[in-house]
Formats: sequence, C-alpha cells, structure tokens
Amino acid sequence: MTRFIIRRLGGLIFVLFGVSILTFFLAQVVPVDPAASALGSNAREEQIEAYRRKMGLDQPAVVQYANYISRLVRGDFGVSIRTRRPVIDDLRDFLPATIELTLAAMLVTVTLGLPLGILAALRRNTWLDGAARLLALAGGAMPIFYIGLVLLGIFYRQLQWLPGPGRLDSTLQPPAHISGLYVLDSLLTGNWNALRNAAAHLVLPAVTLGAYSTAVLLRMTRASMLEMLGQDYVRTARAKGLAESAVIGLHVFKNALPPILTIVGILFGSLLSGAVLTETIFNWPGIGRYATTSVTTLDYPAVMGVTLVAAVIYPIMNTLVDIGYSVIDPRVRAE
Amino acid sequence: MQASASAASLTPPAKSPRSLFFRRFGKEKIAIFGLTIIILFSLLALLAPVLAPYDPLYQNISDSLSPPSAAHWLGADKLGRDILSRLLYGARISLATGLSVVALASVTGTLVGAFAGYAGKWWDEGLMRITDIFFAFPSLILAMAIAGALGPSLRNALIAVAVVTWPIYARLARGQVLVLRRRDFVEAAHAVGAGHGLILRRHLFPNMLSPLLVQASFDMGTTILSVAGLSFIGFGAQPPTPEWGVMISEGRNYITTHWWLTFFPAIATLLSVAGFNLVGDGLRDVLDPRLRR
Repeated sequence: MTRFIIRRLGGLIFVLFGVSILTFFLAQVVPVDPAASALGSNAREEQIEAYRRKMGLDQPAVVQYANYISRLVRGDFGVSIRTRRPVIDDLRDFLPATIELTLAAMLVTVTLGLPLGILAALRRNTWLDGAARLLALAGGAMPIFYIGLVLLGIFYRQLQWLPGPGRLDSTLQPPAHISGLYVLDSLLTGNWNALRNAAAHLVLPAVTLGAYSTAVLLRMTRASMLEMLGQDYVRTARAKGLAESAVIGLHVFKNALPPILTIVGILFGSLLSGAVLTETIFNWPGIGRYATTSVTTLDYPAVMGVTLVAAVIYPIMNTLVDIGYSVIDPRVRAE
Repeated sequence: MQASASAASLTPPAKSPRSLFFRRFGKEKIAIFGLTIIILFSLLALLAPVLAPYDPLYQNISDSLSPPSAAHWLGADKLGRDILSRLLYGARISLATGLSVVALASVTGTLVGAFAGYAGKWWDEGLMRITDIFFAFPSLILAMAIAGALGPSLRNALIAVAVVTWPIYARLARGQVLVLRRRDFVEAAHAVGAGHGLILRRHLFPNMLSPLLVQASFDMGTTILSVAGLSFIGFGAQPPTPEWGVMISEGRNYITTHWWLTFFPAIATLLSVAGFNLVGDGLRDVLDPRLRR
C-alpha cells in the first residue's frame, strides 16, 4: 500500500517536472520580447538591456530554465505584465472562484447524472431510459458555450429569475475572505444576503459547466449498472429471495461504484478545461478567464503560471483518485 | 435473431471477418443513424459550392438580421450574410479540421505508442512518462497557450488540439502491442525469422486497429467541439470565416432577439458531434467482444 502511494507520488513529481519544461518551452516560442514587454513601451534600449541582464534573460535557455525552476520552488511565479502584480497573487485571487464553480458543477453532475443513470439502467428500454440516453447524447455533443448563452438569455435577460454574469451583485460586498469561496465564506460569517446572492449567481454557470460531465456520468453509471445487473451473482441473490432493493443496493450498486468513482475523479479534473469557456461567458473571475486574457495580451509570465497550476491540478486529482481507489479495491494495487 | 448472433460467436466465422463486421454493424440501428448523419454532413460539405444559395461572405445590409424566409431559409446575420450558406461552408471546415486533427494525432500517437510497447524497457518508460505530461494539461488551456504562442488562426488551433489529442493513441497503441506481442502468431513470426518492421506492419498494426478506430470516431466529435470552442473565444478560425464557433460568437448578443443566428450553427455542431459519438458507440459494441451483449 505505502509502496503504491510512493510510486504514484514519484510519478507525480516527474509529471510536474515535465509540465514545467513544457510551459517554459511555450514561453520561449512566443514572439514577444519578455524584457521589452515587462518594462512597457516607453523603456529605452539600455534599460531593456539592463533588465535582461538582471533577470538572466541573456543567459542560455538551460540556465534560464534552472533559474525559472529555482524561482518556482520558492513560490515566485514572476510578475504579470498586464496586472503588474506577482502572478502568484493573481492566481491566489482567481483560483478560489474557479474552485467554487467547479465544485458547484460537480454537485450538478452528481445529483443529476448519478440518479438518472441508475434509473435508466433499472428501467432499461422504457421511455425513461430513452429520455435519459437522449439527454446524455445531447449533453455530450452540444457546445457548452451555446448552452451558457441560452441559459443567460432565458433565465437572466428574459425571465429575470436568476442574476447575470459575475459572482455577486455589484451592490454587495464580498464576504470576509476565509477560503475565497463566496458561498462557504458567507455561510461561515453568517452573511445571509451574500450567501443568497452568491448561490444564485452560481446556478447558471454551474449548470453550463456541469452539462457535459453530467452526460458522461449518466452514460457511465448506466453502463456500469447494466453490466452488474447481468452478473450471475445478481441472479443468485434474486433466486435466494433477497428483496429487490437489497439486490440493487448491496449487490449491483456497490459493485458498479468503482468505475463510477473513477469517472467522477477524471471529470473533476477535466472540468477545468470547460471552465475556460464558462468563465468567459459568465464573466466569472476565475483562472480560466485569467488564462484567456493573459493569452490574448501575450502576458506570458501569467500564462506560464496559470498553465502550470492547471496542469498540476489534474495529475494531483488523478493520484488522489488512484490512491482512494486502491483503498477500496485491493486488486488495483497489484497492477 | 438473438439465437443466430450467439451461434455466430460460438462457431468459427464461416465468412470473412470483414463481412462479419459489416453484418454486425448493420444491426446497430442507432450507429447506422449516426453514420447517416455523418454521410449527410459530408455530402453537404462537399457540395457546398453547388448547394449554397449565396456566397458565404456576401453581405447585404438590407437583409440584416432577417428571420428565416424563402430568400434566406435559415435567416441572415447582422451583416446580411446568408446563414444556410455559411453553415454549409462551415461544415467543410468542421469536418476537415476533425479529419486532419484525428489523422495527425492518431498517426503520431500510434507510432509513439507502438514503438514504446515494442521496444520496451527504458524507451517504454520514457515515452509513456512523456505522454503523462501531455495528459496533465487541461486540453483547452494548453491549446490556448499554443494558439497564443503561434498566433490565433484555424491552422494553429488544429496543431494545438492535435498536441493534446495524440497521447491517448499512444496509450492505446502501447497497450495493444503489449498484449499482442505475447500472442502465438507474433511469437511464431519471430521464430520463422520475420524482422521487427515486418512484424509491426503485418501482425501488430492490423490487429490493433479496432480500439484506435473507436477512439478516432469519438475524437472527431471532441475535436469539432474543441475547435469550435477555441474559435468562439478567438483563438481559432477568425471572422469572417464561416466557422460554426465563430458564427455562434458573432451572434451571441442576439441570442434572445434573433435566435436563428446562433441556433442553427449550434444544432449543426450538436448533430455532427452526436453522429460521430453514435458511430463510436456502435463500433465499440461491434469490435469489442467483451462488451457485446
């Protein structure tokens, strides 16, 4: 068990190392002089030259990479060209918004995808199954930016049932900063106004972001349940007179769960990709939108920082899922 | 029907594997439906210059935002361009991007993965760790960073999406090679003195095609969505290109007042992606005997 975890963590470190090389390489390819853009358009040639020497930008790429890594280890991600702030501070501000959105989307995914998938499997080949499969097909094929635009158009502009873009109405103060997740922070500080407002702001982006993963989870749950329903031990359980609820709960669902959990973990990591589009549409101040604006303005210190953080989240999630999985299912450890 | 299907899987196939494949695939009604969509879209894309009633870039301001009518079957956009014509030309772009990304990614990935699995030892370890690194990136963020570094254009969006797509083929191909190289017919080929190249070409590649084909079908859909997404946020095809993501982006402020600007490109995307996903499902059911029920 411990050996398994150590091996996984070793792999994780290697991946992080590779990710840093790749982001560094990307920044080298950009057709932008980092020194000139850091100093702005009014800088004189000798100032740029001095900055280049100071930051080691005149050194060979290998030396620059070594410097980059040693700065990274100390938590120095460089300074954003656009916001003129340390990238790490920017990320600290933007990341909680993305985490909150991702968690909300995951909540949508699990509360919709899981029960619908189970129901579809239990009522196989009925209209309910058909409807669920159609939903899964459409959810997996519809561009999520269109879903977001339509939801905004209907529920915000037309019906005015829900608030529009952003995390909070501009008339409200954000809750005191504890975790950076508005819903959680307002709950902890008893700020009910902010809680209601922040939660309402979350609904549309969470549904938008969760649409695709709901579709995937629904399909996987249905498939996994169907596979278990066809097993011999299920027939045995029924034959020995076990109540149907016990057959489904104890035998079918419990055994169908591991692949479902894996998918939940993978989906969680992949939600970040979708967050880019969702955050753009809903003007959500998360790292997806930060990434978009940084790439647009060729703010490469920021791009490197955000890619690195984004790339770190997925393998960490995967490693956690694997470790969790190996706890539930001993067969995995042997592989 | 049920009986004949199970009989076919118990007795050795009397017919060639190919005809068996087509017979099984023909029974997958939903997959046939998906295939029909794809063929239809491909025909529309190929015949776009003949079918399109207008030039996709032709502007006629007096038709600006006109709803679907006899003159413009699917309406016109803000600049009075015919949406049907733009949609037809957009189908060319979407299908061509899907095909080129999948071709680029699957060939690269398969070669890397097959080599890793066949060479084994350090090669395998090293190459697979490299694919892990590419797996770590959220695809859209890496694609965005690449598109940003190379400059936003459809071609660079293609490269970006291919870069995040190839690792899955490397993993699949490697897994297949690892299983296949222990099989008797490969060992036998070794024993009679067949070279590595011949074994890879003759014995391994043909036998590992199935899972790659299934993956390719799903990736056609995923690629169409990714490229549309990149174009939507400005890192892919640029206006006035009649690309579906660009069209949705251009119509985003008219979503409640002039729904046809965004609705038709969204439905076109939905149908084509769903078509490829359905075919992928069908192929997997037919080609993967373990899942066949």
